[in-house]
Amino acid sequence: MSLPPLFRRPSTTLIGSRRSTLDVARGRLVFVGIVFALAYILVAARVMDLTLIQGELPRLARMTSPDQGVTNEPVIAVAKLRGDVVDRNGVLLARSLKTASLYADPALITDPDQVAKDLVRVLPDLKYGDVLQKLQRKTRFIWLRRNLAPQDQYAILNLGHPGLNFQDEAHRIYPQGPLTAHMVGFTDIDGHGLGGVERSFDDLLAMGNRPLQLTLDVRLQHIARRELKAAIREFSGIGGAAVIMDVNTGEILAAVSAPDFDPHNVTQKNSDSLFNRLTLGVYEMGSTFKIFSTAALLEIKNVGMGQTFDAREPIKIGRFSITDYHGQNRVLTIPEVMMYSSNIGAAKMAEMIGTQSFKNFLKDVGLMDTVQVELQERSRPLIPNPWREITTLTASYGHGIAVTPLQTVSAVASVINGGMLVHPTLVMDGTVNDSGKTKNTKRNAVRVVSEKTSHRMRQILRLVVSDGTAKSADIAGFQVGGKTGTAEKPGGHGGYDRKRLLSSFIGVFPMNKPQYVVMVMVDEPKGTKASYGYATAGWVAAPAVGKIITAMVPVLGLVPQDIDPEKDMAAQMRPYVKDKTGKQLVSVGVE
Amino acid sequence: MSGHMFSRTDKTIWGRWWWTIDRPLLAALLAMMGFGIILVAAASPPVATRIGLDQYHFIIRHLIIMVPALILMIGISLLDLKNLWRLATILLGVGIVMMVVVLATGMEIKGAQRWLQLPGLSLQPSEFVKPAFAVVAAWLISKQKDNPVFPGYLIAGGVFFLVITLLLMQPDVGMTIVTFCILCTEIFLAGLSIWIVVAAGVVGAVCFVLGYFILPHMRSRIDRFLDPASGDTFQVDRALDAFRHGGLFGTGPGQGTVKLSIPDAHSDFIFAVAGEELGFVFLAILLAVLAFIILRGFNRVMDSDNVFVILATGGLLVMFGIQALVHIGSNLHMIPTKGMTLPFISYGGSSLLAISVTMGMVLALTRRQPKTSVSRGSLSSRPVMAGKL
Repeated sequence: MSLPPLFRRPSTTLIGSRRSTLDVARGRLVFVGIVFALAYILVAARVMDLTLIQGELPRLARMTSPDQGVTNEPVIAVAKLRGDVVDRNGVLLARSLKTASLYADPALITDPDQVAKDLVRVLPDLKYGDVLQKLQRKTRFIWLRRNLAPQDQYAILNLGHPGLNFQDEAHRIYPQGPLTAHMVGFTDIDGHGLGGVERSFDDLLAMGNRPLQLTLDVRLQHIARRELKAAIREFSGIGGAAVIMDVNTGEILAAVSAPDFDPHNVTQKNSDSLFNRLTLGVYEMGSTFKIFSTAALLEIKNVGMGQTFDAREPIKIGRFSITDYHGQNRVLTIPEVMMYSSNIGAAKMAEMIGTQSFKNFLKDVGLMDTVQVELQERSRPLIPNPWREITTLTASYGHGIAVTPLQTVSAVASVINGGMLVHPTLVMDGTVNDSGKTKNTKRNAVRVVSEKTSHRMRQILRLVVSDGTAKSADIAGFQVGGKTGTAEKPGGHGGYDRKRLLSSFIGVFPMNKPQYVVMVMVDEPKGTKASYGYATAGWVAAPAVGKIITAMVPVLGLVPQDIDPEKDMAAQMRPYVKDKTGKQLVSVGVE
Repeated sequence: MSGHMFSRTDKTIWGRWWWTIDRPLLAALLAMMGFGIILVAAASPPVATRIGLDQYHFIIRHLIIMVPALILMIGISLLDLKNLWRLATILLGVGIVMMVVVLATGMEIKGAQRWLQLPGLSLQPSEFVKPAFAVVAAWLISKQKDNPVFPGYLIAGGVFFLVITLLLMQPDVGMTIVTFCILCTEIFLAGLSIWIVVAAGVVGAVCFVLGYFILPHMRSRIDRFLDPASGDTFQVDRALDAFRHGGLFGTGPGQGTVKLSIPDAHSDFIFAVAGEELGFVFLAILLAVLAFIILRGFNRVMDSDNVFVILATGGLLVMFGIQALVHIGSNLHMIPTKGMTLPFISYGGSSLLAISVTMGMVLALTRRQPKTSVSRGSLSSRPVMAGKL
């Protein structure tokens, strides 16, 4: 609109001051009017910018571009699909699929009764009453069913009811089901990782750029899970864990915790199955700890194999008394302490090492700190504080200190592989660099025992399998070595419960050049007729490890090697060992 | 109403009203009220259902309030100048008393104490104080112009400080700014030295900066405007989506989807709903009508010989215009979010009644006045409608 002239009616009849006041007022009114006109023009320009330039133009561009055609505009953004998780061979462990989720706008539904009836017919798992009640709510949005299959969506669209709408969502699928449940983990319905690598790599997976490759091998995973479950079933255990790890790199090839769960269907009901016994559970591991007391002794005191320990009398400290399970009641050499799993011998070894040195050794092999693995379900070891002299003695055979099974396995690997510290790892190198979490590529750079000590430990552990408590794990041609551990679980009264055991076996093969460490642990096994009532590790865990090794050998393409008994790793240890009757195993003295 | 209802010689109160009222301005105001009904009908049902009311709750109340609003606007437009400032003085006095009562007893809504609870209606006294203050201040200033001995500026300044003190105690920064703008406009129009006006502007700016540092909610609003990442800008983001979704012609009344997620769609963000449902074309018309009302009013008083009329009309229309600009600017994210209703369009009983009082006053001021004193002589030589464009 045009503005009027400033001085419409010049008049000389007015008193001067009044006249000029009016003139000034009119002039300034015009000024205010111009300011307002400009402000409204500015606002109109902004309206044009938003509605036309930002609103209409992109729509026109979309309509004219041939590939898109006319599309409904995404008022609510579709969630970006979460990244895949794959095993070391690229087998899919987790993937997100785009699905349609059904929601209702009750305000647009004219006949809720009919709509509810039709919906229940198409989706029989919905309840008529529930649906009807939801459709009658005074709201503009209510979920009816998340993550529909395409044919269900098609059927609902065919019903043709207004007010039933779909929103694209992502649904997480785990093709291997419960096989890798504890390691891969699971997500909530909105795609937030709640367990396993889904949780620890939540941000990376949410970016969805490229797959996260784990070190797991589903073939070995399957073998480990099958044999673990068989052992638990046979001995009526309440649970267990199994691991296959590369001795030199710490890569976890298989990791199972039992009982496990279906990651598609996680509820409060199966919260016990969600518990990861391998990394979150801490246990007094028992005799497998003798590996560390022996290695510490050899490393620190530099004693010969012939060093003896008097195991004739139980050690009594206060109200405690340390006794042997497979009691020999004689003086034992170092290999004999391991072979017969003498608690008295191990305690005397620890006494000889000294408390501080022994503690330092356990810390060096990673048994005093939280296990380092790419999961958030990790526990700190339970270490007595203060650490008394008696703790040194009990820790030498794996009591009085509780650690996670996984860190025990990696500590054994560090001692056996030539003496270089390894950390367990679940993720292949080079897959996590995008997130800024770079892996420690120099993980082999720390030496925990000398090559010589490591070699002797390999000989001793081979002897345990070839002649000692774990003969059922001896697979011909692979020089399996290892150590059994049968721990009594803490009872209710501050002592130990003889009936509730934790039986485990850590096996390493081949002993001349270690490659793999295999562990099976069964929680609270009960003896059977076949085992003559025994539920010890030699009966429970060692055969399971034997079966795992037997099955994994062809998968990995390993070739058995016929070995001259004289060249077996155990051969050099035999001169130091007498059998149960006290007879020398071999008459030939080597040294 | 058609022309032949009243003859030009009709000397009844209605006849005089019909021939002296600014009919295009009246038509524009009635059109605004009509737009308001359509938009409240479109925007309020989702809001009503969200807070658990019947979906027609706001529409029915808006229509009910429309009746007293129309009666007030037409009724006040019937008043002559003397009765107008009498009414304004009473309204200002009562309003100030009510504001004190509100501070003492009123209920707190969204962090501010502004509302007076009456049966069936909550009133915001400060809404009515603004137009009353505009008229009273204009009268005081014009009185001093006529008679320099009369301390008009001083009294107007005193009333101003009383009003803004009460406003800041609520606290209501938006209304304080509007009241400040009214006073500035009037002293500007009254011909005060340009330097005093500039000084007033500087004082206003200083107060604004002080307010930023003293009032935490004001600070957070401004921070969020300058740096959207610093806080929650959900409502204004949705508003911008609504404009984009609307495009040229909009989705059609009631068909909007983005409005569903705007919490204050029926009041502080109704312009965005208009953008989504009726599109650019309608918004352009709406802006044109708003601008027309202001400029038409200014033009109408251009040839008035009464300083009071010019000042009061200027003050009232500036208030109307700024309120609309703040609402629209907030919706378009051109200024920090300030919850202000869009005159005549937004739901809000109190604000609708107050804006009707305001525009009733403007209609009364812009009626063809019999010329006073010496200038009356020229009246006979001019047809009544000569001032029209």
